[in-house]
Amino acid sequence: MTTTVAAPATTSPAEKAQVKRSWTQHGLLFVIPFLLIYVAFLVWPTLLGLRMSFTDVNIAGSNDRFVGFANYAEAFADPRMWRSLWNTLVFTVLSTVPLVILGLALALLVHHLRFMQWLWRLSFFGPFLLPSAVVSIRWLQMIYPPEYGLLNGTLGTDILWLGDPSLAMWSVVLTTVWWTVGFNFLLYLAALQSIPQHLYEAASIDGASAWDKLRSITLPMLGRTTALIIVLQLLASLKVFDQIYLMTGGGPEDATRPIIEYAYDVGFTGYRIGYASAVSYILFVLIVIVSLAQLRLFRKRAEVSS
Amino acid sequence: MQDPPFITRRHLLGGSLALLGAAASGCAIPVGLGSSQTRVKYWHFLGASDGIIMNRMVGAFAQDNPGIFIEENVLAWGEPYYTKIAMAGAGGRSPDVATFHLARLAGIGAGELLDPINLDLLAEVGLQPSDFSPPIWERAHYKGTLYAVPFDAHPMVQYYNTDLCEQAGLLGPDGKLQPTTGQDQLLDQLRKAKQVLGGKPPLVFDALGLGTVGPWRVWYSLYPQSGGTLLSEDGSQVTIDDQKALDALRFMRRLGEEGLCDPTTDYGASVAKFTNSEAAFLWNGDWEVTGLKERGTPFSMGRFPSVFGSGAAQADCHVFVLPHQRDRDPEVERATYQFIAYLVKNSADWAVAGHVPSYLPALQEPDYLALQPQSEYRSVITDVALDPQVWYTGSASRLWIEFGGAFSPVISGERTPEEGLAAAKAALNRLMSAPNPFPAEER
Repeated sequence: MTTTVAAPATTSPAEKAQVKRSWTQHGLLFVIPFLLIYVAFLVWPTLLGLRMSFTDVNIAGSNDRFVGFANYAEAFADPRMWRSLWNTLVFTVLSTVPLVILGLALALLVHHLRFMQWLWRLSFFGPFLLPSAVVSIRWLQMIYPPEYGLLNGTLGTDILWLGDPSLAMWSVVLTTVWWTVGFNFLLYLAALQSIPQHLYEAASIDGASAWDKLRSITLPMLGRTTALIIVLQLLASLKVFDQIYLMTGGGPEDATRPIIEYAYDVGFTGYRIGYASAVSYILFVLIVIVSLAQLRLFRKRAEVSS
Repeated sequence: MQDPPFITRRHLLGGSLALLGAAASGCAIPVGLGSSQTRVKYWHFLGASDGIIMNRMVGAFAQDNPGIFIEENVLAWGEPYYTKIAMAGAGGRSPDVATFHLARLAGIGAGELLDPINLDLLAEVGLQPSDFSPPIWERAHYKGTLYAVPFDAHPMVQYYNTDLCEQAGLLGPDGKLQPTTGQDQLLDQLRKAKQVLGGKPPLVFDALGLGTVGPWRVWYSLYPQSGGTLLSEDGSQVTIDDQKALDALRFMRRLGEEGLCDPTTDYGASVAKFTNSEAAFLWNGDWEVTGLKERGTPFSMGRFPSVFGSGAAQADCHVFVLPHQRDRDPEVERATYQFIAYLVKNSADWAVAGHVPSYLPALQEPDYLALQPQSEYRSVITDVALDPQVWYTGSASRLWIEFGGAFSPVISGERTPEEGLAAAKAALNRLMSAPNPFPAEER
């Protein structure tokens, strides 16, 4: 930024152009509004949260004394913290697999259907546009109720979809898949449409079957999209909160409480902000590990393919 | 060929800004606020018939006081409510007055999230300490400072179906249920009712379900009757008397074992069964009275039966608190006290909902005494078994849910009374060792 000094009147046109170019190259002035908001609402709270996790501060901001790693020690010895962390991991695995596979399957289906494509696109993507509260309450009050719900009514069963501890997480996953598969579907559909047509033509001339084309052209060409979708999906699933809080409140018997709800419970309902910050940072570390592992995996793959 | 739509970027930006401005100002000015009125923001969690009655009282206050506008906000009961109150108090821009459960006072950081009650202002609107039930007034203090204005007590009571009890010959000549004392008389009464019902369990209460607190409510009505306590005065020692606690639990198991109570009913099912005359007795808080009257169930109410000595019954109390505000407008504050005084002095109207007024003059009012069956159990106001005064108790608290979960399987026989008590004690020890977010002394 040293080049932004007011240029004297005698500056030659060439120099002027150079000053201008480097000024726009940095573009710091243009990103300052963003940076201010980013620092105020992300960087600063993140640092503040880290500090809080080493104190016993409560929701009123008092009792703000330094306790070192006591909150972390308590969290690591807290069975409810481990239970909720486990629930988050279970949800992540259970939801990511169908969300990726089903997203691909639906995209392949729509890509090959030659009539009323807009209708299929709308049907599969539509739910994604709904807010979490609408989705959760619809499933909670219309589809899952044991006595008069749509699901038990259709199947003729008597299942406690959200009330049975061994089933509740599966029910939450089912709702989540219905709700969010549209986004992965759309990414896959866009990727499918950008695969050059001549590859398929060439394969047809060589006498490849539909299965061969799928295995040897479509899937490899979708590799980067799949990697992207898996990353996005893992990060989204690790942050699950809304639909579980609204549908089960973490129950039954803590069978669905994700770690973010646990942080919310101990912090805002239990008034212990310091401890809640420590729990949040445990999740934060987990997410950083997942992201780093993903980055390494990508880099290796990129090296291999180049 | 289509013309491009005539919207420039500047138009769009300007338009969005105008919309945002309109939305923001729309939030700031509630509908119905006249410019000359003083606005008092009131939060409460009173639903169903409680909510209807409170809404009527707020309306009546508004008619008497055209200069004051009460902005009534009804929020979801339980943990979410106490989360919101705490958040509002922490921000310092909270509602002017809120309904609260008395037993929750010790856990909310009174003095930080709640502001103290000004006794001078209270006297100005005509309320004296001597007007309130002494044990409840006492409990409205925290560390010697008054933080709550008592409104009512809502004890466990016994609802009984008058038709079924008459058939079983359980009613006295005055048409009221003959009171029982001790285990045998109560069991005898229940057995007779069971016969009338063709062998179906005659008693129902909230015995099962996610986060059920019913078993705690029943146990904490029975156990204190024999003088049992949970914690020492300062909350530092467990003082559970195993023998007395087990007596109460064994009695609850006996009810389940003999088919005298239904161990498979959750809260909703218990009320539904009593409403449909499929059960003769319902043990519950006093708040179902309006609903049962509306649905035309032939019923009356009385005090929770005395089984182990005294006539104690588990109870909590509704009170009014002032969530913390950074700057309290003196004019709004005065209006707030006026509003509280109006509600408290008209407790007889509130008692329609079933709750027993803690404002003693209301207990003498002919209007209240004429309320049937709401005035039948008013004497319980001096026998209420309130939660121990520690930070983890109160309505919908962890303590209630832990004890409810520990005792629910005892009633159905999935757990022995000894195992149930051990589970409850383990939970109590966990709660005691958990750090208090608002420690009494700064360590």
